[in-house]
Amino acid sequence: MSGLSKVEVQGVTKAFGDVEGTVPALERISFQVPAGGFTSLLGPSGCGKSTLFNIIAGLMRPDRGDVLLDGRSVIGKPGQVGYMLQKDLLLPWRSIQDNIILGARLRHVPVKDALTQARALMERYGLKGFEKRKPHELSGGMRQRAALLRTLLTEREVLLLDEPFGALDALTRLQLQLGLTDVWQTFRKTILLVTHDVEEAIFLSDEILVLSRRPGRVRRQLTVPLPRPRTVDMLASPEVMGLKKELLELLLKEEGSANESNG
Amino acid sequence: MKATGETPSGVLDRRVRRSPAVQLWRWGILLGLLILWEAGARLGWIDGFYFSSPAQILQTAVVKWQQGNLWADIVYTGASTLLGFVLGTVAGSAVGLVFWFSRRVALVSEPYLIVLNALPKLALAPVLVILFGIGFPSKVVLAFLMTVVTAAISAYGGVRSVDPALETLMFSLGAGRLRVFSHVVVPSAMPWIISGLRVNIALSMAGAIVGEFIASDRGLGRMIVYAGTTFDLKLVWVGVVVLSLLSIVMYGSVVLLEKALGKRWSAQRT
Repeated sequence: MSGLSKVEVQGVTKAFGDVEGTVPALERISFQVPAGGFTSLLGPSGCGKSTLFNIIAGLMRPDRGDVLLDGRSVIGKPGQVGYMLQKDLLLPWRSIQDNIILGARLRHVPVKDALTQARALMERYGLKGFEKRKPHELSGGMRQRAALLRTLLTEREVLLLDEPFGALDALTRLQLQLGLTDVWQTFRKTILLVTHDVEEAIFLSDEILVLSRRPGRVRRQLTVPLPRPRTVDMLASPEVMGLKKELLELLLKEEGSANESNG
Repeated sequence: MKATGETPSGVLDRRVRRSPAVQLWRWGILLGLLILWEAGARLGWIDGFYFSSPAQILQTAVVKWQQGNLWADIVYTGASTLLGFVLGTVAGSAVGLVFWFSRRVALVSEPYLIVLNALPKLALAPVLVILFGIGFPSKVVLAFLMTVVTAAISAYGGVRSVDPALETLMFSLGAGRLRVFSHVVVPSAMPWIISGLRVNIALSMAGAIVGEFIASDRGLGRMIVYAGTTFDLKLVWVGVVVLSLLSIVMYGSVVLLEKALGKRWSAQRT
């Protein structure tokens, strides 16, 4: 392992053009994620988080700047990172196991090998017995779990998670957060998480980047001072409370300033 | 625990559908109408020359069958309907699906599709008969034209309904455009294509029959026209009844096909 960071975002700037000119979405975003790190991007709605992810995933080109994965640019080269979205996006006509091995199949992994891997993961993450079911037969939490396993089976070292638990109820969300922590530690992934949930960001990440409202800039970068493994009781500790307060105030200020400029 | 996606009213509906009382009423009304028709013709309430009667129609059909022509005509009309339907559906769906690859081509083509759809294709029948002759090909071409545009429109509707996030996901997994097309676009569009089949089988048969009306030496359509010009109205009625039965059989087959395909390409998203 070199001392290089796994993901390096360098001065990424992106604006969207429309008839009345351009709307800036991201402005000179720069940050690094070390190998095996867990970084959350926290920001108000409309701060260009999803745009940034599309750029890191190689699906969209920035106007300026670069994104390096292991020191090499990924601009315009999709398929190098695992990407998971808020919607589970399971193909409704495929069984759960066929959905989970989709990424592996696209990389021409033999079905048998992929299925062996998938079954082991499904057993470990509570989807045993649902292998041959169709997505609509599962609960939202289970579907999202299947989507997580699909992302995991792409065997990418970096996973981008775009508000993956945003649509779930609190208990299911907590279960999935614990599952994600387990995945991250077991498989030594580097994870970038977009969320607007302050508690989720604190509970899961090593580092938190607070983005400003449109155009998105890095407002603040801070380290979460909690040991691993994280437990649910830590959420009630004074450190976390202080951090939570600080982050919420930052976010509120962002929303507030946007309201002023809009009004 | 199995979620079948069945609503309570759906269950009720199915139970009522299958109940003997409903079946009895359905067949009873049919039988009643046939008896009324027969009695009306015999007792002189309606003119038997124009409206014939079930018994006479059956008798004429049996004679016709024994002469061996009826079956040949059924096969002829059935074959041109089916062939036109299959070719039209496959070609039309292919066109509609391919629009996914180029938004520009799709946008340019859209008005043409609408105009072609509005165009009364049956009016082209005389031209087609001159172009393709009075034989089998002109009937197939007309049936094809009847179905191809609606099939294209259905498939294109399906293409436009594809969830863009699904495409993003596939690209992020490293899939190329062809893979996205075959793994996501075609299956997403399948329910749309399938829903067009019922309409298309009826349109296709209309095309085949009109083709035979214009000029043909075979088929049920020709039989009806021939019988009409010789004032053999009993035979006209035989043609109408047989065509209806053929139409029901084809429609039923398409419904079965839909069910089989629908299971495979379930569009259920909850």
